[in-house]
Amino acid sequence: MDARIESKPAPEKDRTTVERTSDREVVVTRTVNGPARIVFEAFSKAELLKRWWVPKSMGMTLLSCAVDARVGGKYRLEFDVGGAEPAAFFGTYVEVKPYSRLAWANDEGGEGGSVTTVTFEEKGGKTLVVLRENYPSKEALDAAGTGAADAMVETFGQLDELLVVLIEGSGR
Amino acid sequence: MVKYGIRLDASFAALSDATRRGVLEQLGRSDASITDLAQKFHITIAGMMKHVGVLEQVGLVTTEKVGRVRNCTLGRYRLKEATAWLERHRQLWDSRFDELDDVVEELNRKERIDGRKNRE
Repeated sequence: MDARIESKPAPEKDRTTVERTSDREVVVTRTVNGPARIVFEAFSKAELLKRWWVPKSMGMTLLSCAVDARVGGKYRLEFDVGGAEPAAFFGTYVEVKPYSRLAWANDEGGEGGSVTTVTFEEKGGKTLVVLRENYPSKEALDAAGTGAADAMVETFGQLDELLVVLIEGSGR
Repeated sequence: MVKYGIRLDASFAALSDATRRGVLEQLGRSDASITDLAQKFHITIAGMMKHVGVLEQVGLVTTEKVGRVRNCTLGRYRLKEATAWLERHRQLWDSRFDELDDVVEELNRKERIDGRKNRE
């Protein structure tokens, strides 16, 4: 599949690429301006992870963030999504190689849960981050959500439906 | 912008016909050959080819000839869905990494200051 989207032409360091490399895999890349040691810490320490993992544009409030980045260790993030119960994302670390490789299994998805593998490659003081999300099936990948970003797509979907109704109405 | 306008007009024209809207609805349920569609809508094969041609021109339907049969599938909509999926993932990761940049920058700065302090 060659479907691929890059961010607008901007300074090289700001470029995020997202690519579906197969029916079951998504690969995200980005170069971060800092050594691998620091970037790895930002991924594996709760007090740092919670500062960037939930961008404001997601429209979710992070209630708690617990991370035990050791093989077999758990992580758990809880969000206020406006309902009575918080939404939780949790899982288990399956690979932890300081400063070069980190992998975890997303357990909240049950059978459809994905495994995320992140590699950190340092070059000239910058770090290339390659994040691979592997899903057990194409269906699980298609259904994978991104929180508030999904809500926006839903909004566009509703607009599409409205347009179809308007077009059909005018045809009669 | 002009290009989008023309394309939009053509899409509206394509959707202005009841048979063509029916064909889209049908293809939304499952792919079908021109012959299947002609039978379903009680029109000639030549007539159906014309309708499908209009839908194909604006990208609502794509067709592929397999042997002697021309198969029809929903076109642009699927592509749009695939693009939307990638785009919302890209937006999420882009804003995530933007905030990571700030965290890393702060840590870099802290290390430089600490390094200086240690040398003092």
